[in-house]
Amino acid sequence: MSTKRLKYGEAIRAALFHAMEADPAVFVMGLGVDDHRAIFGSVKGLVERFGPERVFDTPISEAAMTGVAVGAALNGMKPIHVHIRSDFLYLAMDQLFNIAAKWRYMFGGSMKVPLVVRAVIGRSWGQGAQHSQSLQSFFMHVPGFKVVMPTTPADAQGLLLAAVNEPNPVFILEHRLLYDIVGDVPDPPTEAPLGKAYVRRSGKDLTIVANSYMVVEALKAAEFLESQGIDAEIVDPVSLVPLDRETIVSSVRKTGRLIVVDTSWTACGVSAEIAAIAAERAFDRLKVPVRRLGMQPTTCPVSKPLENAFYPSARTIAMEAFSMLGRAFPDINVPVLSSTFKGPF
Amino acid sequence: MLRIRLAEQRITEVYPTDKIQSPIHLSVGQEAIAAGVCAALLKTDHVHGTYRGHAFYLAKGGDMNRMFAELYGKDAGCARGKGGSMHLVDPEAGLMSCSAIVASTIPVATGDAFASSRQGRKRVVVSVFGDGAIDEGVFFESVNFAVLKKLPILYVLENNGYAIHSKIPERRKQVELWRAAEGLGLPGEKFDGNDVGAVYSVMAKAVAWVRKGGGPRLLEFTAYRWHEHVGPGIDFHEGYRRPNEQALAQKNDPLRLAKADLAKRCKVGPEHFEQWEAEARDEVDEAVEFAERSPFPTAERLHQDVFAERS
Repeated sequence: MSTKRLKYGEAIRAALFHAMEADPAVFVMGLGVDDHRAIFGSVKGLVERFGPERVFDTPISEAAMTGVAVGAALNGMKPIHVHIRSDFLYLAMDQLFNIAAKWRYMFGGSMKVPLVVRAVIGRSWGQGAQHSQSLQSFFMHVPGFKVVMPTTPADAQGLLLAAVNEPNPVFILEHRLLYDIVGDVPDPPTEAPLGKAYVRRSGKDLTIVANSYMVVEALKAAEFLESQGIDAEIVDPVSLVPLDRETIVSSVRKTGRLIVVDTSWTACGVSAEIAAIAAERAFDRLKVPVRRLGMQPTTCPVSKPLENAFYPSARTIAMEAFSMLGRAFPDINVPVLSSTFKGPF
Repeated sequence: MLRIRLAEQRITEVYPTDKIQSPIHLSVGQEAIAAGVCAALLKTDHVHGTYRGHAFYLAKGGDMNRMFAELYGKDAGCARGKGGSMHLVDPEAGLMSCSAIVASTIPVATGDAFASSRQGRKRVVVSVFGDGAIDEGVFFESVNFAVLKKLPILYVLENNGYAIHSKIPERRKQVELWRAAEGLGLPGEKFDGNDVGAVYSVMAKAVAWVRKGGGPRLLEFTAYRWHEHVGPGIDFHEGYRRPNEQALAQKNDPLRLAKADLAKRCKVGPEHFEQWEAEARDEVDEAVEFAERSPFPTAERLHQDVFAERS
């Protein structure tokens, strides 16, 4: 299979072109999807190619427009509803949880809702309280949604195509700090399977389960750990619903140690779920208690030193690994946050 | 109307036996709206309703047997026993949804109309909701989008005067509900929803207008809800209603008015009414019997239909 080097946003764009060429039922809607900024380039050129009937801006009505997407989906149309920040999804909670998630089941399987929701998670450059939230655990909690957090450009492209072909509501939570990551993606764009986790790095001393942008930080932490004689394995679930429990469990059973790093808060979150899976299915192999890292249990602050303290980073992941192994943290040449993101948004 | 009235009366009789374990919201007294609205629609037109859904389900052509089976929680129900009274559905008949969250099907109906428009169908979509629903933000958001895109949708407001027990003037300064979205460009009108002939003729005109691409409209129909908000009881004695309301409700009984109208204008004799009533009773009897003898869903049904399988 031939490949192309693309940025994360470019890979999404290539997938959208591919999906819209292949199926006239696919359309893209959301605030700013037809403007010149083009959702960080991810929808660039779409309206020129496919026209305003299939690529259109919406009123600032997240709730109703979510219902509109559901109503269109019932008729075999395939909406891709884009939100430039996932925080805005709170406005659509009723339509998402009471309508989209329930529709098929509460009507006895008589209808399908092939809805795709793309939402971008913000971090750093002072995104603050309402431009920084990661909503994956909400959507994992309520049955009826599939949920993915693509990490690499190949994930972003492949899972978007999978989502478009899925006859159910799918959330794609993208991360703003991943938009500048470059990677090899299949050319032509190829669907990636839902429900498959990836081992991003093999190791024997401990397992770090990290998702989305936290994989970038975990990989950087792992490089540092390697220099200190610690061999970390990194597992990226990518797909949270369905969740590839086997890959996670087999890694934890191999290393006997688990740190879970999520882009969101820890309480009732992805890290809690994965820790519970480890307790249920690998308890007999755990050498030490499971550790969890996520956003601090506060609202996201803007001030840089506070923001740095709020989020997990390569440094805090490495510190946790040392602590878990009972070793003193060397505090020399420790990586800092990988991202050089300079905003503004 | 007669079928709806007799079906719901039967529901109130069965309810104390606990065979129907689902909150019921009855439309007794409001039947003319469902009957008149749906009579003006084609089978291929779509209706999205509310938890007070029995009337629209039956009027749109939903199967009586499957409705009773649904109320009983049986596998043969229109939602396989998973929806109950508040989530009646029959896509074949064009009854697309009923939801227990106030106003929540208004956006979906709007999206359904969007699809009709984009797919070049001649389908008209009707979004049905109560007077409480226009307190919700999604009503205005949806209407704005429908007007903007000139969608083939009719917003039908069943105004029975109460959001549960809350009166309209307690919730709004501007109480002319038909005018609620004028500022968004949605023309509205108000009619007597007790007169089935009037409901039908208003609807027929509105449907023709929408079908030829005239864009959305709001039709407000007034009505009396005879029963309590939820449950089988009559609650005029509970004191939250206006003192003369029971008398007005009886005076404006849509079924009585329709019979009188038919007798006067069409010379329909009492023997016809008796025959229609006997037929409707037979249909209800059969539906109850069908529901009683149908099996409950088996345990493995619990996990089915969380997701659709990819074909």
